[in-house]
Amino acid sequence: MAAEREPPPFGDGDVEAEGDDLEFREAEGGEDLFVSTTSTLESSPSSPEPASLPAEDISVKSNGPKSDTLLDDDHEDLFAEATDEVSLDSPEREHILSPEPTPPITPVSPTLIAPRSEIKISHPMMFDRSKEIEEEANGDTFDIHVSVSDPEKVGDGMNAYMAYRVSTKTTLSMFNSKEFTVKRRFSDFLGLHSKLAAKYMHVGYIVPPAPEKSLVGMTKVKVGKEDPSSADFVEKRRASLERYLQRTIKHPTLLQDPDLRQFLESSELPRAVNTQALSGAGILRMVNKAADAVNKMTIKMNESDAWFEEKQQQFENLDQQLRKLHTSVDLLVCHRKELSANTAAFAKSAAMLGNSEDHTALSRALSQLAEVEEKIDQLHQEQACADFYLFAELLSDYVRLISSVKGVFDYRMKCWQKWQDAQATLQKKREADAKLQYANKPDKMQQAKEEIREWEARVQQGERDFEQISKTIRKEVGRFEKERVKDFKTVIIKYLESLVQTQQQLIKYWEAFLPEAKAIA
Amino acid sequence: PGASLAAAAMMQEGLDDGPDFLSEEDRGPRPVIVDLQTDAILQVDISDALSERDKVKFTVHTKSTLPNFKQDEFSVVRQHEEFVWLHDAFVENEDYAGYVIPPAPPKPDFDASRDKLQKLGEGEGSMTKEEFTKMKQELEAEYLAIFKKTVAMHEVFLCRVAAHPVLRNDLNFHIFLEYNQDLSIRGKNKKEKLEDFFKNMVKTADEVLVGGVKDVDDFFEHEKTFLLEYNNRIKDAAVKADKLTKSHKNVADDNSRISSTLHTLGTQDSTDLCKFFLKVSELFEKTRKIEARVSADEDLKLSDLLRYYLRESQAGKDLLYRRARSLVDYENANKLLDRSRAKNKDVLQAETNQQLCCQKFEKLSESAKQELIDFKTRRVAAFRKNLVELAELELKHSKGHLQLLQSCLVALKGDN
Repeated sequence: MAAEREPPPFGDGDVEAEGDDLEFREAEGGEDLFVSTTSTLESSPSSPEPASLPAEDISVKSNGPKSDTLLDDDHEDLFAEATDEVSLDSPEREHILSPEPTPPITPVSPTLIAPRSEIKISHPMMFDRSKEIEEEANGDTFDIHVSVSDPEKVGDGMNAYMAYRVSTKTTLSMFNSKEFTVKRRFSDFLGLHSKLAAKYMHVGYIVPPAPEKSLVGMTKVKVGKEDPSSADFVEKRRASLERYLQRTIKHPTLLQDPDLRQFLESSELPRAVNTQALSGAGILRMVNKAADAVNKMTIKMNESDAWFEEKQQQFENLDQQLRKLHTSVDLLVCHRKELSANTAAFAKSAAMLGNSEDHTALSRALSQLAEVEEKIDQLHQEQACADFYLFAELLSDYVRLISSVKGVFDYRMKCWQKWQDAQATLQKKREADAKLQYANKPDKMQQAKEEIREWEARVQQGERDFEQISKTIRKEVGRFEKERVKDFKTVIIKYLESLVQTQQQLIKYWEAFLPEAKAIA
Repeated sequence: PGASLAAAAMMQEGLDDGPDFLSEEDRGPRPVIVDLQTDAILQVDISDALSERDKVKFTVHTKSTLPNFKQDEFSVVRQHEEFVWLHDAFVENEDYAGYVIPPAPPKPDFDASRDKLQKLGEGEGSMTKEEFTKMKQELEAEYLAIFKKTVAMHEVFLCRVAAHPVLRNDLNFHIFLEYNQDLSIRGKNKKEKLEDFFKNMVKTADEVLVGGVKDVDDFFEHEKTFLLEYNNRIKDAAVKADKLTKSHKNVADDNSRISSTLHTLGTQDSTDLCKFFLKVSELFEKTRKIEARVSADEDLKLSDLLRYYLRESQAGKDLLYRRARSLVDYENANKLLDRSRAKNKDVLQAETNQQLCCQKFEKLSESAKQELIDFKTRRVAAFRKNLVELAELELKHSKGHLQLLQSCLVALKGDN
């Protein structure tokens, strides 16, 4: 493990501060790596890609020889899966894990307000979604549960990193045991995502994006600042890693993936190097860059695409509105935190005023007002947490998920284009062959015939691929939308319940204060 | 007996008339002040107000049986500067040195509100029609609220004066109430403003000087210590209460934006969520209204209360200062008398002067004591009233909010 800690030097050989979460030269490094990998894949005789699109897989290189064979196996599995017509109601596809967070808002909360409370790194999981064995109204059962917990700092200084405990409980037979726990670091998650994205996105599966990297957040944690803001950052990350895994295992196809299994089960995971290029956003950026190139061509699609066009537009609109909503909710979180701070300041001031007041009963009432306001401050803090962890994070998750959806649509376009290109090339080869007929050069004609056969095969494959990806996307979008509806309903209802709790508490506090105010004589 | 009891009750009510601004629910009848001696009624209120470009015109309406007024009921139009003139006239009047002079109302300030309305107008192109209309309504409501508040504050000032047994008979006050032409109060010119500034500076230095001397009278010594500290702390509390109220308003506004976007999502979603979003959007809009009310009520019952008693406690401090000044004058007169006697020169003059100073001081002390006791009574009553009302309003809004949330949740869960 230690040997793998140094990332291979990128082009300009700058000394990098080590750490798996530093975002240096992500774009350039990524692209360099991209190009080389693509060529590696295409030149390899036992190319694992039956689909003629390069897989754009960065991780093939990074994880040693083992993963190549895995990839082969996977592709067989992958295509078996795809043609298997896994119905929407198959048991594996059943709702595996509800993304519901825990209802009770306990006073010990990961506060988003910096100076005023002591935060330990491992505080009770307020919005821990995995502890629930929820029954949905339609009687789904749960075959697998995953949770991410107990962040622990490993090492010191800039080489430090956070290790998270990933715990799985399952009845599925594909796993070696029923309950198991491993330690993973952030780059491991990124590595998992990059592998899954590489394998599945280009054939139309919507792969959930990994959480974002954060240079500032992580640096603070590394440097050892034990302040509430770094605790908040770690908690935010832990929660987002958990949601990421839960979404991933809910996907019936991804759940079958051996890389995912290895991630959940293996005590030792080969270190995902080159993670500078592996952030979820990084991959999506690359995907979308490819997409942009595609979109610049005027692609005339045929009729069956009305559905696709419509869906793309819908997702575009949804994206726009979700981003807008997310900004507004972010602002709400901000203002709620301010409200909390101002309430606390007022409480102190009221206490001082109560001290000065020389009328005894009024003085006491003012002190009590100060106490009430202090308690209300605590309520605001908790509500700000709910605002963030339930509402804001839901929206930010979906903004990124939709990027993934858009990426998949763009892969389809690329696939179509490849098919068209193959047809064009075939046409050219046929013309060349026809010319050769007249020139009567037997050796060249043999070659020409061979090439024609080759390109005919490629055209057929291109058509098959296109139909396959179209079919997969239709299914995936159906599944995605179903999940989206469930997710939004569940989380927003949970959020409204948090608002209910806040109001109930407020009522208690003011009801307690009212007689005190009346008692002023 | 019956009449005087009722009269006493009304008198008490008049004294208790603390800064109960804007509680639209309980804007009860204006206190009718009955003078026990003359049995005359004096009722003052602001019956109307007009907000113009850069000024507010208040219609001051008086009902009185006092003989010196030409009519029983009459109205005049006054502007803010005239209220300030009246207040300053009281302050400068030596005869009123022993009273807590009702603090002048603050200047009407619509600048912030006007700026917001202007910005809204400029940004009209960048938002949907519904958003624009909604924001416009909100800003107009805000403008209206500020307007109502300034009316209330000016009214309270007049009521306090009308309730004061001596000030109510002040000639300037009567002119203010009755003279139906322009009082021609010009704003202070530069020179006068500069004079004021220096006067304040000298006063402050004196305050420190005089404040440092321990008073022989326990009551006043206590009052001095108390008022100095209280004034500072209530100033801080008023500032913090203001910030608190503004934060609440910000949270309210955020709810509005969230509601708008949810509405759009609801109209364009291709799944089941469209109904869901629309319901939640409605919830957030209603939440905004409630949060805005919470903010407004906190402003009224807490911020305004604190601000008002900040001004009153300042007036109390001013009274203490005047008494201390008068004490210094008295002590100086004593010293002068001693010197005169020693030199045996101008003794009579010195004696007269000393007697005058003595009388002035004692009269002032006596009325100051009563005034400060009344101030405390008023303050306690006002705080009690406002804190009770604050708690009641908070409860009302929280209960309303809770019910709103619960019925929305029932509807949302029922749809599943």
